Amino acid sequence: MEKITNSILTVKNLIKHFDISGGLLDQLKVEKRRFIRKRTTVKALNGVSFSIMPRETLGIVGESGCGKSTLARAVLGLYPPNSGEIHYQNNRIDNLTPQKMLSYRKKMQMIFQDPYASLNPRMTVKKTLEEPVYFHNASITSREVKDKVAEVMQQVGVDPKWAGRYPHEFSGGQRQRISIARALMVDPEFVVADEPVSALDVSIQAQILNLLMEAQEDRGLTYMFITHDLSVVKHISSWVAVMYLGTICELVSTKTLFESPRHPYTQALLSAIPELGRKKPKHIKLKGEVPTPIDLPTGCIFHGRCLYVNNRCTHEIPQLIQLDSGTRVACHGVEEERI
Amino acid sequence: MNHLLEVKDLEVKFALRSGELTAIDGVSFTLDKGERLGIVGESGAGKSVTGFAIINLLSRPGYISAGKILFEGQELHRLSEEEIRKIRGDRISMIFQDPMMTLNPVLTISTQMVETVLAHRNVSKADALDLSLENLKKVYIPSPEKRLSQYPHECSGGMRQRIIVAIALLTNPSLIIADEPSTALDVTIQAGIMDLLLELCETEDMSLILITHDLAVVSQVTEKIAVMYAGKIVEAGSTETIIRDPKHPYTQGLIKALPGSLQPGSRLNQIPGMMPTLTDIPLGCAFHPRCTINATVCQMETPALISVDDHDQMTACHMVK
Repeated sequence: MEKITNSILTVKNLIKHFDISGGLLDQLKVEKRRFIRKRTTVKALNGVSFSIMPRETLGIVGESGCGKSTLARAVLGLYPPNSGEIHYQNNRIDNLTPQKMLSYRKKMQMIFQDPYASLNPRMTVKKTLEEPVYFHNASITSREVKDKVAEVMQQVGVDPKWAGRYPHEFSGGQRQRISIARALMVDPEFVVADEPVSALDVSIQAQILNLLMEAQEDRGLTYMFITHDLSVVKHISSWVAVMYLGTICELVSTKTLFESPRHPYTQALLSAIPELGRKKPKHIKLKGEVPTPIDLPTGCIFHGRCLYVNNRCTHEIPQLIQLDSGTRVACHGVEEERI
Repeated sequence: MNHLLEVKDLEVKFALRSGELTAIDGVSFTLDKGERLGIVGESGAGKSVTGFAIINLLSRPGYISAGKILFEGQELHRLSEEEIRKIRGDRISMIFQDPMMTLNPVLTISTQMVETVLAHRNVSKADALDLSLENLKKVYIPSPEKRLSQYPHECSGGMRQRIIVAIALLTNPSLIIADEPSTALDVTIQAGIMDLLLELCETEDMSLILITHDLAVVSQVTEKIAVMYAGKIVEAGSTETIIRDPKHPYTQGLIKALPGSLQPGSRLNQIPGMMPTLTDIPLGCAFHPRCTINATVCQMETPALISVDDHDQMTACHMVK
């Protein structure tokens, strides 16, 4: 994971803050009888680093508001980061002009969560699928595009006869297949899937996961797979990054994660997954709730809810350290061998 | 007459201009005091409509076209709106999926709780407030006094769902119907809400109908399961038996489709196709176009829900003897 040279994507110390302070009047606050101007920022990503090797799947898990989707969008250049670097096959891409970014956009595609919102209701499937091809390859003939549409539709399991239909004529599962087809149309190398199966029923979810795994096999794709569902992550990814409040608290191979989670948050998260038929011993109960990303806690962001907190945790931010097992974890307790 | 709730041959139809649609087609089950039942199925199976029908919350054009609903000896389906209101929210409480939508955003928590108490009990406002506070403590809300004067937007999703559970408990109901109570919540919060419901059922001797698409959640909380498909119960029985030894191909498919049970990276067992819409439910067994067996009899005759294996397990499949 360490070497940049072989990886398809490397993210270094990525920071993304959103200013939500609004206009000047919204920013004015009274403090000690004086007007002061105060900005409010949501600290969505606070120094995220990882890399993905070609043909692997990195699962990003975490609960709502932990910055998973922001990370996905920042990686694809949809949000400009405040600081940090993003490298795609050894080329830095976070500071490129939109013109220069174009050639990377063809290689990096995205699949969104909600198949009802991510397809244009006024475009036929054919138009939806053709658009990215023409955009990235102006010289292509309409004959070639037509064949390509039919080929990709076949591949994702939607009958090419239905190309003239509109999204509302399809079910949720079929729409998600069309979203996947749209991403595959330009033959990408790297696909970011943001909760691609969360809106679907179990039997349909299995169909879509199978489709994603087949596409990876056939086309040698690399996935960044974002989800809150740990059983899906366990099934599909080779590596997992567990996020909490805009930081990665554990980065580990999937097998090791489920065998021996190290970070106290990961342990609590894993113990909370309901398992079929097996009555679990009591899950680990965390104190309190996820703090707001506007007012981040000092030190380790998890310290307010952690069962193993000590003085060091409250003021020193833990860095990701690599353990002998290969796990990379950001926790003072693990480093001091208390946990 | 011994059952707390008995639903018999329930049929719910939606009268549309284009004709009548049958959303629930002959659903029967019973629930005893203190028992917990899970109704499982995918979207469109009719789970929520079943829940709504029990407390007569169906809105036009939906209506109960046949069948009986007996609760504590009363025939709920025959009651007038005024009479059912004495039961709904009092003897039977309901918890809905989205805690952001269930609470009124412009009223404080205390107003909403006191309102519920006063609607069902002849007590003073001060007593109602005391009762509200006591119930917030029951659901482990930290600093409940402070919460009472707050508005819903000041509480997190998990906190709101706890408040909704507290409101549901205000009248000491004997039955709670929870429709996907944890689906909109994160796993750690979900685990907390499920623990809470389970604990309350035990301490307050309440019955629970848990409506959800999540088999794993159901298997943690309930004693009995009814699996629904296209408006019918296709399999029912004790949770343990159904999870360990499902007989109906649909239940088997649902369990096998879960990613948890397989070697990571291997192909998942998918059920081909999708749930039929109400407008074109296949003849015979509604599951036959997606079923691996699909014999001639499956296309001709609707299978009845019958007992299998001398257990309390019931399955509606021609191929299960």
